[in-house]
Parts: sequence; C-alpha cells; structure tokens
Amino acid sequence: MNKVVGGIFTSHVPGIGGAIAKGLQQDPYWKPFFDGFLPIHDWLAREKPDVAVVFYNDHGLNFFLDKMPTFAIGAASEYRHEDEGWGIAFNKPYPGIPELSWHIIETVVANEFDPVTCQAMLVDHAVAVPYELCWPDAPEFTTKLVPIAINTVQHPLPSPKRCLELGRTVGHALASWQGPEKIVVMGTGGLSHQLEGKRAGFLNKEFDHFCMDNIGPNPEALLKYDSLDIVELAGSQGVEILNWLAARGAMQGKVVELEANYHVPISNTAAATMLFENREKVAA
Amino acid sequence: MNASPGAMSAAKRQIDGTEPFDGELAMRGYALNAMCFSFNQGENREAFARDEEGYMAKFGLSEQQKQAVRERDVLAMLDAGGNVYYLAKLAGIFGLNVQDLGALQTGVSLDEFKAALLAQGETQRRSAA
Repeated sequence: MNKVVGGIFTSHVPGIGGAIAKGLQQDPYWKPFFDGFLPIHDWLAREKPDVAVVFYNDHGLNFFLDKMPTFAIGAASEYRHEDEGWGIAFNKPYPGIPELSWHIIETVVANEFDPVTCQAMLVDHAVAVPYELCWPDAPEFTTKLVPIAINTVQHPLPSPKRCLELGRTVGHALASWQGPEKIVVMGTGGLSHQLEGKRAGFLNKEFDHFCMDNIGPNPEALLKYDSLDIVELAGSQGVEILNWLAARGAMQGKVVELEANYHVPISNTAAATMLFENREKVAA
Repeated sequence: MNASPGAMSAAKRQIDGTEPFDGELAMRGYALNAMCFSFNQGENREAFARDEEGYMAKFGLSEQQKQAVRERDVLAMLDAGGNVYYLAKLAGIFGLNVQDLGALQTGVSLDEFKAALLAQGETQRRSAA
C-alpha cells in the first residue's frame, strides 16, 4: 500500500532563510511568497506526514568537487544544517529514518541505479529552508527525513529522464514499504534563475509556467529537453527543476494539484510553491 | 533530442552569457573553489580576512585566480574556474550577496539590477479549494 499522501514543491533560495531569521514574513517584498505556504500549513496539519522524502541539490555544504555524486541518498539517524558561509545555521536537527532509507537504497540499486549512500550527511538550505517553511512553529521537527541529493552543480548532470525515473523507482520503494508511516515527497529549488555570468538575473516566466502546468499532470512533457536545454531555458540554477521531476516521479497514480503560487522576484529567482495530493492510487 | 557533448568534446554547447560548470572548469577552478568551500567555517573566513595573500597561497591558487580575488572581479573568478555556489561564500566575506554579484557581473548598479528583476514582477496564485 502506498503511503505517499502528497507532494510539496518549492524554491529554496537562501535569502528566504535570511528572511525567516529576521522575521520578514509580513514584509511586502516577502509576503507574497510566504503566503503561498499558508494552505500548505493547513494541509500538513491535517495530513500529519511522518516522513518527508526530499529531493534537492547540495550547494557546497556536504559535498565538494573532490567527490561529487550524481545521486546520493542519506541513511543517517539524524541530519543537521550548518553555516554555509554566511553565518546562518538552523539549529533544529532533522530526525532520520535509516530503515526506510535503506529500503529505498535496496530498491533503487536493485533497479540498476547506483547512488552514493551517506550515513553521515549535512543538509544545506535546500532542505533546511523547505522544512522551516513547512513547519515554521515546530519546537522541534518530528517529520523524519530521507534526503536524496541530485547533482545540479557540476556538468554533466543527470538527464531529466533519469531523474524522473529515479523518482519513480523511489516511488516503488515507498509503495512497498511495510511501515505505518504517512509520507510526503518534496522537490526543492528553481524555478528560473541564474546567478553567474553575463546572463546573471535571467528569468523565463513562460518556461516556468510550462513547468508548473505540466509537472503534475504530464511530467513527461519536460523530457523533450535535456539538462543543457534546461540551463538555456531556465538559467544555470533553474536546472534545479530536476529535483522537482524526481519528486514528481515518486508520486504514483492520481496526482491532484491543490495549490500553486508563483511569485517573481525573490532575490534573483522566480519563486514557486506547489502542493499536490496523491491519495488515490492506481492498482499495482 | 541530441546527446550533449561532454566537457572534453570538441563542440561544447554554446549558451549565451552562460558557461556551464563542466569538467574543464571544475579542473581549472579546483584550488579557488576549495578555498571558498573552506569558508563554510567562520574561523576560516576570519583567517582569510586577516591575511588574504597567505590564505590564497595555502590553497595554491593560480596567479590568475589570486588576481581575480584581489580585484574582486567576479567574471574573472568565473573565467578562472570559480563556481558561483562556492564564490558566494567568498562574496559573503566581502559583504556581498547574490544580487550584488549580479550587478557586478552585468555592469549595472545594484539598484538597477534589482529594478530589472522587479520589472518582471508577477504573482499568480491558484487554488483548488
């Protein structure tokens, strides 16, 4: 029985973490973005997922270029965020669920994926910011984390097709998990943005809307592009949509969009937040 | 859909104003990025601020990389193999965020850079409820 109750997709701009640290949620610049999480808070309070499987990319906290895995799956009993160079460290730990992590690892390797497995792993703002956004008032985080990192930093990147297939295989693992846990999947990052070079500040709202319109009902529509096409269309960092594709793949059966919020700009980024329900399953 | 040429292939994909950070750049920029990665630790940021030249020498930066850092020239750092995720940690020491970097790289003022983003401002909500 599939325990995936839904999917949350969100930008993870580090500046959002700074705004949270300064309490700027009602500030006119930030409010349109933060308001996108109000219905997600209600949904989370209703669904109370026990586990979050988070597809994200590390920006140089846990992984350096000395060893850069294409896919890495956390299998720790606890994860922490640390200072990434600008002095903000979220101090609440993220509890792990290593037995589910290993079940996912067993399943994806049996299906011919070759992830790096991490029993010790720091998670950066790409996990920390979504957790802070989803559970802003939690005295401690109780939703257990399975972090799955995808290389969106150093080319060659995995293809969109490969990322969607990884997600689908993780979805099979979640469907065959025998534990009682309710699970939410998350894809973080994007949408269009580019931080470096002469094209810094590049956005592509048309492509962002294409992604938002298709990620739920028709994620295959994104597969007509390879990763460098997406760099061209969405910017160097807009390629983080790969994390969204993987998370979408982990939802089986009927996927219903409940909420979507698109807001430009947050820092240099076209920010987006989406919530999908994944309750009705097709028969296996 | 064509296969993308790899870093060492003759024909790299050309994207306007963008150089995908590939194996060639990762090799070229290794020392610079390794130094920037060390700035995750506050004591290393302080050590760099105390003695930039000594700190750069410790990480074996090339003369091109050192000169780019001395001149706070972001485009030159990229050309020397710097990756923006790592350079952002260095920029933090100089009190610069990614919007400052954007302005520096595109040759406009910070206000102009921010205004260009705001000019594309849009908020769209949709809800099934």
